[in-house]
Amino acid sequence: MPMEAGEIKRMIVEALPDADVMIEDLRGDGDHYNARVISAAFKGKSRVQQHQIVYQALKGNMGGQLHALALQTSAPPET
Amino acid sequence: MSDNPVFARIRQDITENPVVLYMKGTPIFPQCGFSSTVVQILSRVGVKFKGIDILTDPSLREGIKSFSDWPTIPQLYVQGEFVGGCDIVREMFESGELQTLLSEKGLVAA
Repeated sequence: MPMEAGEIKRMIVEALPDADVMIEDLRGDGDHYNARVISAAFKGKSRVQQHQIVYQALKGNMGGQLHALALQTSAPPET
Repeated sequence: MSDNPVFARIRQDITENPVVLYMKGTPIFPQCGFSSTVVQILSRVGVKFKGIDILTDPSLREGIKSFSDWPTIPQLYVQGEFVGGCDIVREMFESGELQTLLSEKGLVAA
């Protein structure tokens, strides 16, 4: 059963309360999403580590229920 | 890291081959869009690589995900180090970081 965009966003924000999350359903089939996540938790982390943080937030759904989630992660710009 | 028998095989592959791509299908016949994208990027960059088809080996398919703590395939390794999946490799290719990484390691001409 594919995941809803809102549920993906909720899970990410639950793990990263400061996160700014934009989800795009690429094919309208609930199985291919693009997610842009901005959070201070990514500061100083490699891309792999940043994506792993998001995958952990999705509690094992990534690669299982959620087949394809294109990810762009970044820390907020220095203010 | 636990001594999952598959880990030993993975360690051997990524040690013996400078560039390894764990993928679905083969470089000639990729079986998934993401794997195919990474194959095309590696071909465009002009780096030799070993493609390993995880579809032929269910224990490797699961083992590689826990080895790298990364839930999806494809997975790219350069000189034994996990570089990323399709998104990261594409981002690095578009920014030129992939070419820099490979030329610094002498795997492609600068």
